[in-house]
Amino acid sequence: MDLIADHISHRFGALEVLDDVSFTTGAGEVVAIVGPSGCGKSTLLSILGGLLQPGSGQAKLRGAPPPDSRNPLTFVFQDFALLPWCTVEANVAFPLLHAGLSAAERQAIVDDALRRTGLADFRGTYPKQLSGGMRQRVGIARALAVRPAILLMDEPLSALDSQTRELLMEDFIRLLADGSMGAVYVTHNLEEAVRLADRIVVLSRRPGRVREVVAIPLTRGERGDINARGRLLALQDDLWSLIREEAVEAEREVQHA
Amino acid sequence: MKPSGKFSMLERPKTGDRTDETRPVAFRGAGFAPKAGRYSGWIALVLAIGLWQLAGSAGWVNPLFLPAPSAIAVAIYRLAISGALWQHLSYSIMRIGTGWILGTVAGVIVGFGIGLSSLTRGVGITFISALFPIPKIALLPLLILWLGIGEQPKIATIALGVFFSTAISVYSGVDAVPRNLIRMAQSFNVPFHAIVRRVIWPGALPSILAGFRITASVALLLVVSAEMIGAEYGIGAFVLQAGNLMQTDQLLAGVVILSLFGLAVGRVINWLETRLLHWR
Repeated sequence: MDLIADHISHRFGALEVLDDVSFTTGAGEVVAIVGPSGCGKSTLLSILGGLLQPGSGQAKLRGAPPPDSRNPLTFVFQDFALLPWCTVEANVAFPLLHAGLSAAERQAIVDDALRRTGLADFRGTYPKQLSGGMRQRVGIARALAVRPAILLMDEPLSALDSQTRELLMEDFIRLLADGSMGAVYVTHNLEEAVRLADRIVVLSRRPGRVREVVAIPLTRGERGDINARGRLLALQDDLWSLIREEAVEAEREVQHA
Repeated sequence: MKPSGKFSMLERPKTGDRTDETRPVAFRGAGFAPKAGRYSGWIALVLAIGLWQLAGSAGWVNPLFLPAPSAIAVAIYRLAISGALWQHLSYSIMRIGTGWILGTVAGVIVGFGIGLSSLTRGVGITFISALFPIPKIALLPLLILWLGIGEQPKIATIALGVFFSTAISVYSGVDAVPRNLIRMAQSFNVPFHAIVRRVIWPGALPSILAGFRITASVALLLVVSAEMIGAEYGIGAFVLQAGNLMQTDQLLAGVVILSLFGLAVGRVINWLETRLLHWR
């Protein structure tokens, strides 16, 4: 199943945030969206996931979702969005409660998701007892439980410290390795983008337009190799040179506003 | 040199050219963190009651104006064994209980309506803003005209007082449920009724329980006022009657019972909060 941004524009009142954004995320493909702050990255993701109606243009799907998928487009949120009154297990089970499953089927799915994210020993704890990294793992387990075709990840690591970020990035690489899931990955962190994405959509400052689409010429497996480090850093530099000037201007703009 | 003066950071070593001498950095982070001692409150209470008792026993105050705590305790004991205490208390509890439940049920329904539906919100907030500031006891005469002189007008007064506070705390609670949780639920196609039950209800519960604390005291205030205006039985009627007969020990016995009742209700709400909001 492909997810298509088809000439999407959007404004909040007088503020134009997105201007004619188009791109396609293919099945199993990871597309990162980067750009200076305030360029409408998160707005774009909300539109793609059906949580916001665009001013003009459309988010479209092409092809059938995988037969076992319960929620083809599934979000992973920056602030985790866990129910604080539910245990880890109940948070992961939450999207399955109204899916017409028997308790045993649901339990099996939840167990599997907890195991894949290393949360099996934490099923009875509450979100407030967990570190930021473990909370985001709960968010990821909840997403895995509905078998998404495409994960919509809205700065999933930006609320975490750099060490936790590194560990979770390794988790993402592992989860995306079999190619059964695609992702649209919104980030302002270029390192995350070059390590995870197959293609990177670079947006301009507000109103966000597609400035460039950069393909990463290495498989995710190859990128872990020590020799690939140099090439990834060079790619990161190229991206930064694309964004830097606009980021400076965007920053000034925010300060004046 | 002084080990630590008030401005030791700005102080210069007196020796002038000697710079290898050390001096401690003065601590300046003290205060602004009051902690209640475990027993200090109880000790103060016991001391105050002891002093009051002493003033009574020593004859420093006229017992007609301020009877000693022991006299009040005796009055409560007599009321208890004569059965009068239970009679008055049961009337008051019946009125509070019925009025509070009616007002709370209506308030929760209307509060959720305002929190969830645009139409109800527009209409509901206007009416609540207009009617909330009315002291509900002022409506008692009108309610007596409408409902007669029985229990109904008293219960209705309490229900009205409870209703408005409850409705307001419920819709503020619904408004305060983090939008990101609702969006999360929507992003998983969770149906509307399930979002209300599993996200909005538990999310609003802290505010609803805080509202209960307020409405419990509103109900107590209104039951006493209503009973003072016109009732044969009830703690309010009892206190008023004792005042009219200059039975100050009885009067204060009634006040003590009201205070204990208020404390007990507070305890129940504390218990509910620890049971229902353990996740906080």
